[in-house]
Amino acid sequence: MSVFDKLLNKSFNRRKFVTGAAATSAAVGLGMSGRLFAQAADYKLPLVLSGDEVNLSIGYQTVNLTGSERTATTVNGSLPGPTLHFKEGQRIKLNVKNNLAHDASIHWHGIILPTEMDGVPGLSFDGIKPGETYEYEFDLNQSGTYWYHSHSGFQEQTGVYGALIIDAKDSDPVQADRDYVVLLSDWSDDDPNDIYANLKKMSHFYNRQERTMSDLWSEVKKKGVEQTWEDRAMWNNMRMSDRDISDVTGYTYTFLMNGATPAQNWMGLFGKDEKIRLRFINAAAMSIFDIRIPGLSMKVVATDGQNIEPVTVDEFRIGVAETYDVIVEPSADSAYTLFAQTIDRSGYACGTLTPNPEWRAEIPEMDRAPILGHRDMGMSHHGSMDHSSMQNDSMNGGSMNHSNMDHNSMDHSMHKGLGKAGMGSNNEIKHAPTEFGPHVDMRAEMPQSGLHDPGVGLRNHKKALGRKVLTYGDIYNLTPTIDRREPEREIQLHLTGNMSRYMWSMDGIKFADAEPLILTYGERVRITLVNDTMMTHPIHLHGMWSELETGEPDYIPRKHTILVQPGSKISYLVSADALGRWAYHCHLLYHMPGMMREVRVVKGKKKQPMMNHHNHHDNHD
Amino acid sequence: MTLKHSLTAITLCGMPLMANAGAKDDPLLSMVMVDEFSWVENEDDTYIFEGEAWFGYDLNKLWLKANIERHHGDTEEIELQALYSKAVAPYWDFQMGVRKDLLPNPDQHWAVIGFKGLAPYFFEIDSALFIGESGQTGLRFSAEYEMMLTQQWVLSPEIEANFYGKDDAERSIGSGLSDTEISLQLRYEVTPKFAPFIAISRNNSYGDTVNFLRAEGESANSTEYKIGFRAWF
Repeated sequence: MSVFDKLLNKSFNRRKFVTGAAATSAAVGLGMSGRLFAQAADYKLPLVLSGDEVNLSIGYQTVNLTGSERTATTVNGSLPGPTLHFKEGQRIKLNVKNNLAHDASIHWHGIILPTEMDGVPGLSFDGIKPGETYEYEFDLNQSGTYWYHSHSGFQEQTGVYGALIIDAKDSDPVQADRDYVVLLSDWSDDDPNDIYANLKKMSHFYNRQERTMSDLWSEVKKKGVEQTWEDRAMWNNMRMSDRDISDVTGYTYTFLMNGATPAQNWMGLFGKDEKIRLRFINAAAMSIFDIRIPGLSMKVVATDGQNIEPVTVDEFRIGVAETYDVIVEPSADSAYTLFAQTIDRSGYACGTLTPNPEWRAEIPEMDRAPILGHRDMGMSHHGSMDHSSMQNDSMNGGSMNHSNMDHNSMDHSMHKGLGKAGMGSNNEIKHAPTEFGPHVDMRAEMPQSGLHDPGVGLRNHKKALGRKVLTYGDIYNLTPTIDRREPEREIQLHLTGNMSRYMWSMDGIKFADAEPLILTYGERVRITLVNDTMMTHPIHLHGMWSELETGEPDYIPRKHTILVQPGSKISYLVSADALGRWAYHCHLLYHMPGMMREVRVVKGKKKQPMMNHHNHHDNHD
Repeated sequence: MTLKHSLTAITLCGMPLMANAGAKDDPLLSMVMVDEFSWVENEDDTYIFEGEAWFGYDLNKLWLKANIERHHGDTEEIELQALYSKAVAPYWDFQMGVRKDLLPNPDQHWAVIGFKGLAPYFFEIDSALFIGESGQTGLRFSAEYEMMLTQQWVLSPEIEANFYGKDDAERSIGSGLSDTEISLQLRYEVTPKFAPFIAISRNNSYGDTVNFLRAEGESANSTEYKIGFRAWF
């Protein structure tokens, strides 16, 4: 019996839920190249916890992911925290003890539950004080791949996160022989408060892919001085960089797959003719990943825990806080690299799927770093638009120079433009007066729909690299839409910011100054997000599903986190079926403090047709 | 009273309405910048310190600026400014406050109004109007550009010009355009926070300033070579 067979038989049963090949360094490296020797698995995998009652404790833990020791904040001493494994229909009790010197919390990301169980300090509860235990207790009425994380301070960056997997009560439409969690995260040896301060003081601090003179020189050689000058004009006038993809990068981050660094290389084993379910979870603080497995196509079967009509792709983007379940059917004569490069190509997380623990596949080169274009600034990408019509405040101009906008017309237009459920918004894009000032550096004038856009850095992959990339437009729910009502009103919400001052907001109003967004219990609304920045923002609504309008009213997919492409718009429906106070925010950790709203679902008269974000702002005046 | 203010009032009465839900978005921060600490290769054995510091929030800051020059081991120039800095546009801060020149003697006080920010085409601008207690007025304008040669090598041309309202023989200042400095700095950003540099700068004087300087036996124009560093924390 070979080492491989022993391992396979001993460690795993078929159909058993596993988190990966644990520390089996004795078996790894025998007779292999020096490189593989160095990669002996020395990482510790999180435990899997089940049962009706689970005790979790948040505490400090010394870790060494870069060669230097640091203090992480972890759940039950592991990074990531334990994988929680339950079954739909269970009522679970989660006792969370806080052993930190600061307030802590756990939010169960994507789980539909009562507001006081949602774990958001200041909205759901007061947070968990040092030394105290909070008893979460709720019913699990859903199945799929989810995760949990702290909602206090920047604890998520330093390790308070883990996977939350719920098996279906009835038979799972997704059948697999093996089941792996692939949880991605980003680790920095720096204190997250210092990272935030660095960004406030120098927003491009972590960008090591800035435009240089040699970029300019190659453009001049290719296009000539005149054309180059013209092409650069917009960026120069707007004082923005087309290389500004990620705020925090591989310059400080080490990217982790199930807690393992690329050098440690997480490993998942498989047997002959097995179907493997990979549950990708993006638990990173700031890193959006593009995932592929060279040599394998992936059948995407679920996103954000919800089953979708299977779609086969070669590559997909996973925003911070999103989850994707894919099925792969590898051949037993090869190892494969799970490759998760960051959106800005400043680094990657990786691991190995292999039938033999001694095998490793080649780690591919990262793709070219994306360069932003007019489309990502919310401008027409046909180039027909005059640059000067792009709204960008100069020293004197702009700040209050929007008198051409007719505010009175806004409310009326809200009614006539209400498109059919599932088809998205036809409404005119309006920028609220609060979007003008030193805190907002751009507004998308002609935002395109982000639905069929694979996103910056992935757009030409089909043509250039032969890779089919998933877009939101490819996603349809597996089962029919539950709430078939048409939306009664539309809320247009703009994602706003000033990159160079590192200020983030919605409609130009930061969370601390914002009034809650009021939804009436029972109503069905459309939310249209307009991204007035050139960053990709993952927007997460707590407590209720974000039903992404991908063009098929009968099969609207339900998500908890929606990626909004730079300078683009996207629409989804929300059934306000959960009373209480809910957080609604960008899930990039350092955007979240400002780019957040409280959504308050209140009992009330059936309709409040005048309530949209514009008259919402008028309250200030 | 607007809804927002009434909510604030309720919060002050003890109802926990203020949701933290994460981290503070606009914490009190401070930044200390050594724009230039350099030794100048000239007969005066000159050291130059140009620094700034701020304390405050996203849109409102207390801003301090200092310029110090030493020649032959003696501090000959100390200029300090304390300014309130308010963001008025996405890339511009309005700054207002006081300036005190401790040296050269006798000391001098000024009121300051200025704009600091980033102009189109990425020119970093710092401009200020000074109104002295003696009735003297001054205008300073500086513009800097950063050319990224690589991710860490930066070539940075800078121009500074000083204008004055009237002659001040004591300080060798002539009215109108008094002096300019055009420099080219090559620095290597070891980290974003620390960068040693070498620089060449051309200093010119104009108008009556030239006459005052010549009368004192000093040169009106000079080319200087510098070595130093810039840093912030």
